[in-house]
Amino acid sequence: MASRKILLNGKRVAAEYQAIGSGDSETSEALLYWLRERFGQQGPRFGCGVSQCGACTVLLDDVPIRSCTRQLHTVDDNAEIRTLDGLSGKRPHPLQREFVELQAGQCAFCANGMIMGSLGWIEGRITAGNHEVPSEAEIEDFLSGATPNGQGNYICRCGTHTRIVAAIRSAAKEMVR
Amino acid sequence: MSVQTSRRQFLVGSGALAIGFTLAGPATSAAAAAAASNGLVRVEAVGAPANTTQSWLVLTKKGITVYSGKVELGTGVQTALAQMVVEELRLGVADVDWVQGDTLLSVSQGGTTGSKSIQNGGIQLQQAAATAFQELSHRAAAHFKVTPDQLVAQDGRFSLATRSGHSSGHTVTYKDLLKSGVTVLPLDQTVPLMAANKYVVVGTNVPRVDLPAKMDATFRFLHDVTVPGMLHGRVVRPTGRNSTQPVISNLDRAKAIEGFVDVVQHDRFIGVVATSEWAASVAASPKSGISVSWTTGPKMIAQADLPAAVRDPANHYRSVVEIDDGVAPILATADQVLNSQYFSPFHMHGGMGASTAVADVRRAPDPATGIQATIWSGTQNVTALAGAIAPLLGLAPAAVRVIYVEASGCYGHNGADDCAADAAVLSQAVGKPVRVQWTRQDEHAWEPLGGAQAHDMQGAVGPDGIIAWSHLNYAPTANSRPVDGTPGTLLAGTLMGKLPAPLPSSSVDSSGRNAPVTYDFPQRVEARLLKSFVTTGPTSAAPASPLTYLIPRTTALRSLGGFSNSFANESFFDELAHAGGHDPLELRIASLPDPRAVAVCEALRDVWRTRPPGGDGTGAGVAFHQYEVVNAYVATYAEVRVDPDTGKVTVTRVVVAHDCGLIVNPDGLRNQIEGNVVQGVGRTLKEEVFYTDDRVTSVAWQTSSFNPGPQYEVLRFNEVPAIETILINHTDKPPLGAGEPAIGTIGGAIGNAIFAAIGKRIRTLPFTPDRVKAALTG
Repeated sequence: MASRKILLNGKRVAAEYQAIGSGDSETSEALLYWLRERFGQQGPRFGCGVSQCGACTVLLDDVPIRSCTRQLHTVDDNAEIRTLDGLSGKRPHPLQREFVELQAGQCAFCANGMIMGSLGWIEGRITAGNHEVPSEAEIEDFLSGATPNGQGNYICRCGTHTRIVAAIRSAAKEMVR
Repeated sequence: MSVQTSRRQFLVGSGALAIGFTLAGPATSAAAAAAASNGLVRVEAVGAPANTTQSWLVLTKKGITVYSGKVELGTGVQTALAQMVVEELRLGVADVDWVQGDTLLSVSQGGTTGSKSIQNGGIQLQQAAATAFQELSHRAAAHFKVTPDQLVAQDGRFSLATRSGHSSGHTVTYKDLLKSGVTVLPLDQTVPLMAANKYVVVGTNVPRVDLPAKMDATFRFLHDVTVPGMLHGRVVRPTGRNSTQPVISNLDRAKAIEGFVDVVQHDRFIGVVATSEWAASVAASPKSGISVSWTTGPKMIAQADLPAAVRDPANHYRSVVEIDDGVAPILATADQVLNSQYFSPFHMHGGMGASTAVADVRRAPDPATGIQATIWSGTQNVTALAGAIAPLLGLAPAAVRVIYVEASGCYGHNGADDCAADAAVLSQAVGKPVRVQWTRQDEHAWEPLGGAQAHDMQGAVGPDGIIAWSHLNYAPTANSRPVDGTPGTLLAGTLMGKLPAPLPSSSVDSSGRNAPVTYDFPQRVEARLLKSFVTTGPTSAAPASPLTYLIPRTTALRSLGGFSNSFANESFFDELAHAGGHDPLELRIASLPDPRAVAVCEALRDVWRTRPPGGDGTGAGVAFHQYEVVNAYVATYAEVRVDPDTGKVTVTRVVVAHDCGLIVNPDGLRNQIEGNVVQGVGRTLKEEVFYTDDRVTSVAWQTSSFNPGPQYEVLRFNEVPAIETILINHTDKPPLGAGEPAIGTIGGAIGNAIFAAIGKRIRTLPFTPDRVKAALTG
């Protein structure tokens, strides 16, 4: 069985993964299942399995990706993966804190996607030299998959949208400082 | 499995409300879990057998455990219920442990449905807490050698009251009082509840107890439940709803997959079990694992034919006149009579997480408890699910333990119960615990749906308002919840040849919810009940064998018929108001006899009077209903912008005025109302299940190369309106549920706003760009 070693939330880890076929016809275990079953990660969640809802979002080398359709054989050894499970330091990340502060959750099954997706998006803006706090409309467009180079739509089914946008904007004010 | 325990401030007070989840897992055997419910003060059900393991409330020296039959579905009700319990115990804001929805441990409170968790469940838990509090006060009275009325209780302590009613400084803690012995009490309905004007916790914005853990991934959702030796299952569904005679091939290919365990077949139920979820998915895929060919069965009524078919008497099993105030003579002679037909399509719950369950069905019962099957499920009703699964497995009901674990929000009866049955059948077949997580395609194609409905409205209006009203409601009933003793109410049961329960005899609490209006004019309401499947005769409600579906399976979706009925009612009210030259909001106010109904409408007056003038592509509308005719009152104002070129409707602003009696947690209530608005806007503008005469074809969230054709689109972040809520609190009235009253007003408010914006009445949901464009050009 093939294996993969990655940097998971700053720690070096390795595990085997299942695959069938080879070359162009190779199919391998989804990164989502691998992170959950082998490393007990509960942040990334199975929502749709077809990259349409965002619940499985993790950061792969700082870029938000949909782990439900990302197959292990396409992830490089030594890739850096960040999950919601590893986001808190000694204190909650501003995004986590503001989601709680503004009660931006009902069932909150989707929250992983909004937190990890906007984390990668805002950090990416900062890395590119953009220290502006994103506007509400920019956040809404990002979460709707309407941003150029965005990562697709994020679904919240409970209807907590306005609080989620407010929480991200509030956290972004601190993140850009 | 980890048991999350929170920092405990039990009996000390002054902390933040926190809840320790004492989720009974395999690490805790059923016998140990039952033993743990023995306490120093324990409240159990009236008439419970002496050896019952079920409790309402248990106080020990370590803490207080609430055993709630009502479960947290992601609405925040756990926080609100805990507020009610700690209030009744005079604990201040304190921690409690929480066991919810466990057939072994909690007293059944029926389903967690219909926005009744606070309204009914909360009152029961309050009564349990009051029962325990009375016992504590008796103990405190004995301690001080006084009568209970000479005591004051606060923050987990009793004090001797001074003449002015204040604490004298002599105190005894609940913890000390608990040491004096063991008392088991039946819940006492006669113990008076605390007066609402004494509340210090109820009515405040206590933050949700579950959200911190949900935001740092330490919360254990159902989807995170694992048990030792657990395998993973996938069910291979028929290609069509009535397909028959499956033939399995490529079994060798599946067997060669590393981790493959077995293929299970019972009639039309086919599942694959493997050691990992990925291996199960590969083994169940026709591309890499088994292939199953099916014989196409009898046709269902196709989607395009439904608006006509739903009105065809040949498809009805029953017709029920629910109200008739004698409107026929008025309608026959009135000067101005309007007739309109409305229609709304099938909607789905579409939970964020696909339905999931873990089942551990043993070869023999546990000698201590008699339990042979343990099932972890996100069901709304552990008791009914256990009762339906038991005969499917050939077990006695007492041998099945169902434990609720929170899944993603469900908004009604979704695939949770069916998935639990899938896991149970597979676990029994392989003799090991099996986890089943549906695919998104399973969920979208097979979850039981909210039913389509059609409405023939007739009304008469004059200078003084509406003078007669008739609503003929055509709809399937909500009929797919698990029923005790009827395994055919579960999807796996029907695939295994079991028949579902007979269809309901009326539309009450089903597609008829909110079909009547609460205005003061005479009305007639009649329900024509559509057969969901072929029955044993023209007027029979009993399924014919073999089961042949005529439409997709229908069930309870947030507000049930309330969404479509109030869309039709409130749109038609608007039609009559305009036809009679009346202001739509003022006519509602004038037509409502109940002052609380009037009050929510009046709360919208300011915004209504400053609304956009309409006619230029922007406009505003209002709608009102009283949930289930007797519960919470909601009036909603919506503003829209209609793009004249594309027909795209944007809802820009929604204001909801809401009266659900006593408000337990204002911010939690606002969160629920906001959710109702967003989901309501989505159902009004976008959501629609697509299906053929054979199968559901909207099996994902959006169209893609894998899933061409229209899919089940829900509202996106950049389509959400600004939402304002106006809460009317009545501390002197009972609390009413708030999980679904508001959604029913959304379709009507938006439809009325579109009429104001473009002068066209659109009577079919959803208001898609194509439909609006057709109205604009038509």
